[in-house]
Amino acid sequence: MKESNPNTDPIHSDAFLARLMSGQLKLSIACAFCFIVALVALPLLNYFQPAFMAQRVYGFTLTWLILGVLFFPFVWIISFVFIQRSIALEDAEAKAALDGLKK
Amino acid sequence: MSALLAFIAAAEPAAKGIDPWIAFFSLITVVITVGMGFWTAGKSKSAGDFFVAGRSVSVGWNASAISGEYLSAASFMGVAGMVMLNGYDALWYPVCYACGYLFLLLFIAGPLRRFGAYTIPDFAEGRYDSPLFRKIAVCFVLFIGFFYTMPQMKGAGTTLAYIFPGLHYSVGVIVVGAVITLNVSLGGMKGITLVQAFQYWLKVFAITVPIFVIAAIVGHYQSHLEANKTAQETVAAAPAGIERKALPAKAPKDEQWIAPFGSLTTKAVDNAIKAAKTPEEKAALEANKKPYSLLYTYSLIIALVCGTAGLPHILVRFYTNPDGVAAKRTTMWVMILIGVFYVFPPIYGVIGRSLTPELYDAVGSKGTDKVVLELPTLLAGRDHPLLGSILSGITCAGAFAAFMSTFSGLLVSMSSALAHDIYGRMLKPNASPEQRLKAFKWAAVIIGVVSVGLGTQVEKLNINYLVGQAFAIAAASYFPLLFMSVWWRGMTMQGAATGMLVGGLLALGSIFLTTLSDVYGFSGLADFWVAHPLLRILCEQPAIWAVPLSITLMIVVSKATAATIPADVRMKMLVLHAPEALGLKQEYIKEHEGLGGH
Repeated sequence: MKESNPNTDPIHSDAFLARLMSGQLKLSIACAFCFIVALVALPLLNYFQPAFMAQRVYGFTLTWLILGVLFFPFVWIISFVFIQRSIALEDAEAKAALDGLKK
Repeated sequence: MSALLAFIAAAEPAAKGIDPWIAFFSLITVVITVGMGFWTAGKSKSAGDFFVAGRSVSVGWNASAISGEYLSAASFMGVAGMVMLNGYDALWYPVCYACGYLFLLLFIAGPLRRFGAYTIPDFAEGRYDSPLFRKIAVCFVLFIGFFYTMPQMKGAGTTLAYIFPGLHYSVGVIVVGAVITLNVSLGGMKGITLVQAFQYWLKVFAITVPIFVIAAIVGHYQSHLEANKTAQETVAAAPAGIERKALPAKAPKDEQWIAPFGSLTTKAVDNAIKAAKTPEEKAALEANKKPYSLLYTYSLIIALVCGTAGLPHILVRFYTNPDGVAAKRTTMWVMILIGVFYVFPPIYGVIGRSLTPELYDAVGSKGTDKVVLELPTLLAGRDHPLLGSILSGITCAGAFAAFMSTFSGLLVSMSSALAHDIYGRMLKPNASPEQRLKAFKWAAVIIGVVSVGLGTQVEKLNINYLVGQAFAIAAASYFPLLFMSVWWRGMTMQGAATGMLVGGLLALGSIFLTTLSDVYGFSGLADFWVAHPLLRILCEQPAIWAVPLSITLMIVVSKATAATIPADVRMKMLVLHAPEALGLKQEYIKEHEGLGGH
């Protein structure tokens, strides 16, 4: 592991690391937030609106349809969006850092 | 192998009425799995071969392999059994098993792959430069592993008792445990990608094809669901042609089964209500029933979602991705592959409730956990005797694939922890490669024997429930460790170790207490649970307090010991987070000749 001088090498500077981490972390937290809202909300809806959640939709109860079927594609969408953005973010950071080195 | 099965059939006088189709399909699965294990193991002899081959594994293969190792007896048999037994509340299990991967994807998969550490003990040592911490982390590989092997053993015992009617549950556990242990210690099944990937597709085939045929003949998922009336409906609006057998007294009532906050989450309070002496006591408990079951639900969700991100035998597989981007792509595909799978087991539970309600009355290996195996044979009574046998044979084959792949994977990761970390690093650091290989084989035998011993004890417990407990321990120990180590620079070894040990051990201890009273019926403890339903819920599902406790301890102790933050923490964080294009990748893997991974 080679340590280089943080003042001269942009990749090894604290600022670069902080930017790198905060960019990815913000994205991760935003995606996790959507997921957590759904996870917290469904039991709450079951708790406070039992009759509404028990209505029949194609023979399922609404809450059964949401949890047993629709939840899966919902999470796939979140993960797909995350991956697209996360990879784009990485590419942009890598490009910016390498450009910075050349200067 | 066939000689062995013939021996069991001959030795067990009661084992009459074995369906040849079921036995045939199960045997084929075992032979193919063992054969493929040896074939691929023979092709990649050294650890180096295994790793290099691993790095070239494509996203599709790797995602299938991870899914194959992940879908255990709990997913294949346990989810269906639990949905049949408990209804809606049990749906949280399959959903969170699949969706828990999102946390792994968002916070852990990419950085962990970049770090080049491929077991959690590797990561613990590399991130904090501390061999001591490695040893602490190894202990949890064993704790979580043993909790995870118990339900696999239960699945094995249940399936064998089903194939050979009259065979005692523990005989099944011992036979399957012995076969797999022998296989692993002789060198087959070293977590080889090809075998695990094959197992995934076998399991998907075995869960989907029979249920499509069954549903076409006896009625569909939603029709059978409609046959259960909700609290709002006065009569069940079952469509014409949907047959339903009378439910035994033990089965939960329709409105309780189909609605949230049913028998699974209210059991502790229900027991307390039964024992309550005065009407006031009863009324007070009734008022608490729903809030407590909401608490149970949230705690279960936390355990399953966070636990998925901390399962040691799954994280190992992420190393076979070529880079962090591939690790993320693989995780997304794993979520899709296992999500597709998890739609189906609940269907067996729902149709099973209508057509095989007699399972509610049975206990242990004859209970609802075998609904996946039992349901296809119903077709025999509907003028499709051959079809019923073949489909039941297919689901049995899937069950074999499920507990064999997961148990083999666990056995490999636990034996290597024992052989590599405890023997190779602590007991005899200068051991030769031959000695290490020998240690691995002995470790596999020891772990196999202990797992079989534990497996024979858990016949009464639900497969899925047991796996949930392993997740809760992982959620309180490894998840906080990985999450905080990846994202917080200020973590110290002391902070990480304290949080992981206290959170993990308290979760382990409280789960052990509930298991103790459920399995061995310690009356003092059982009375205590009846008197304190809230404590029972918090001990049965500890994640809701154990995960925050673990994270808080990590922060507090790390702040107090801030002087010991590793000196090169900036470099370590860069390795974790910088894109590979910057060329900072660092390999912490050291080859261990002849071990083929660890």
